[in-house]
Amino acid sequence: MILQFIVDVLSLGSMYALFALGLVLVYGILKLVNFAYGELILVIGYSIFLLKGSPFPWFFMSFIAIIMCIFTSIATDYVAFRPVREKSVTAVLITSFAFATLLQNAALLLISAKPKNVPMPSFLSDSVQFLGVITPVRNLISILVAVVCLFIFFQFMKRSLLGLAMRASATNFNMARMLGIPANLVITTAFALSGLLAGIAGTLWMSKISMVFPGIGLEPLLIAFIATVIGGMRSIQGAVLGGFILAFIDMSFNYLLPQDILKFRDAFTFSFVILILVIRPEGLIRGPATGART
Amino acid sequence: MKDFTNENFINILFFFGLFLLIYALNIFMGTAIFERILTNLFIYIILVVGLQVFMGNSGILSFAHIGYMSIGAYCSGIFSIPVKMKSMALPDLYYFIQITTFDPVICIFIGGIFAAIVAAVLTLPLMRLNDAAAVITSFAVLMVIHSIVVGWSAVTNGPRTFFGVPKATTLELAMIFSFAAVIIAFLYKNSRFGLLLRATRDNEVAAESIGANTVYLRWFAVIVSAFLAGIAGGLWGHFITSFSPKSFYLRETFLVISMIIIGGSFTVTGAIAGALFVTIGYEFLRWIEKVIKFSDAIKFEFIGLTEIFLSITMIVFLVTKPKGLFPFLEIGEIIKKKFFNKE
Repeated sequence: MILQFIVDVLSLGSMYALFALGLVLVYGILKLVNFAYGELILVIGYSIFLLKGSPFPWFFMSFIAIIMCIFTSIATDYVAFRPVREKSVTAVLITSFAFATLLQNAALLLISAKPKNVPMPSFLSDSVQFLGVITPVRNLISILVAVVCLFIFFQFMKRSLLGLAMRASATNFNMARMLGIPANLVITTAFALSGLLAGIAGTLWMSKISMVFPGIGLEPLLIAFIATVIGGMRSIQGAVLGGFILAFIDMSFNYLLPQDILKFRDAFTFSFVILILVIRPEGLIRGPATGART
Repeated sequence: MKDFTNENFINILFFFGLFLLIYALNIFMGTAIFERILTNLFIYIILVVGLQVFMGNSGILSFAHIGYMSIGAYCSGIFSIPVKMKSMALPDLYYFIQITTFDPVICIFIGGIFAAIVAAVLTLPLMRLNDAAAVITSFAVLMVIHSIVVGWSAVTNGPRTFFGVPKATTLELAMIFSFAAVIIAFLYKNSRFGLLLRATRDNEVAAESIGANTVYLRWFAVIVSAFLAGIAGGLWGHFITSFSPKSFYLRETFLVISMIIIGGSFTVTGAIAGALFVTIGYEFLRWIEKVIKFSDAIKFEFIGLTEIFLSITMIVFLVTKPKGLFPFLEIGEIIKKKFFNKE
């Protein structure tokens, strides 16, 4: 029972952590929230759906979908962020919100309002049993993928020159620019990485629900929001931690709460977010020293 | 100080004239559809002006106002459904509400007051947050209100349609309320609280150094603006008569924010202009959608076209005119400069 709970939390948490990491990456550097982040999941879903008829194997389709996701993420930068970057925080929030609405309604207009089936290889839903735990294969794959991604990601941030430049920009953007770090390159890389992480997490998400509809982006966006707020808006370790904590909270609610209170789960979770922002506005893990937009 | 009251007077007079003009236009046109659109417009004006009271004066974007609107709509609806209908529409309602019914106009006020109380309780601790944190918490407030409305079946009929609300909102009523909202917004803006809050918007540190208490100033603005949003919700509820939690969610939030952004959030004039232009544009696009649908020229469903157009307009506005159509000056000040040629 306890082991089952741990496996559930870990598999859900690894997905949440990847979502949160993608959001915090952009927030860390630009200090701006990307409301169009959830729409990357929409892109993943519809890309795989549109490639359904093609002769390619599934892995190739999801690979293309992730590439599309990266492109959309970079497009978000060019459409919603770059033209208004120097203006107020509110302006950028609204442009990204508008871009999200644009993508959603484009899906509504060009494809359909009805949920569409997304093909997934059947082995992902097979159950395996070990140590008394019964779980679908995709949960184990989620954990594995997350561990590998997080390892590569943190190594990249720690050791590569670009990673160093990104960390410098996240600490003090103007100072980094003065020292010769190309701002646009760093920002584009951040968006591309954010798209990549969202793409990977989105593929895992798709394997769980295996359908796509225009409003699909909301839930992952909220998850990423909550996880980053809990963990610390500016710290990448915090985002990962926040993802796992959120998964733990969600799963505990699922296990403990009776059915008629469970429908208020979102209200509880969001009240919790408000509480954390009030008690500890910086989240559990503090990021680099300068929090203000520079 | 004398000058401020003077400007308030010109502004209020101008909008009084404008509203009368719109009303006269309705008598002239005389069709039911036109009256519907105009009633909707007046309700949106209340909502956007209410949002402007908070957003314009404090400079903080708020997603929560559609949530306050839903509180107003449900609250006003629950109290005004006739006793006989109540057992049918809401069988699990608590007894003391079950046996009471008020006049819809009173209920609209109850809805507004209730929305203000909820906002007051919920948001006091959030008022010290700035920038992104403030926006995310307002988003969270919207989510909390939405999920409570969806979940609390005994009172709201859950995610299903809430029906049986008596139709009480006429064009005249909506017009009177929206005129009152405009007066409140102007009085607030040029009052001591409004001026201090605008000072914190422009430079928080400097304003606090001369004694402005940012948290309480913002809190007061939220209460006023939630009250107006609640009133708008009540009016809307008595106009539509049956609605569901879906009516108060991201789609409507987007519409209202697009209104205030296109018009300009710093001025009441901007808020009204935004409501006016977006409503006109919205109805025009809806009309085009309908024409395309019935002309059989293109076999294609055109849902979502309006939103796409709106979001592109918003992005263009934010890039080229980030402060909207009326960035700083109210209409009264513009008229003064133009016709009386003085500073």
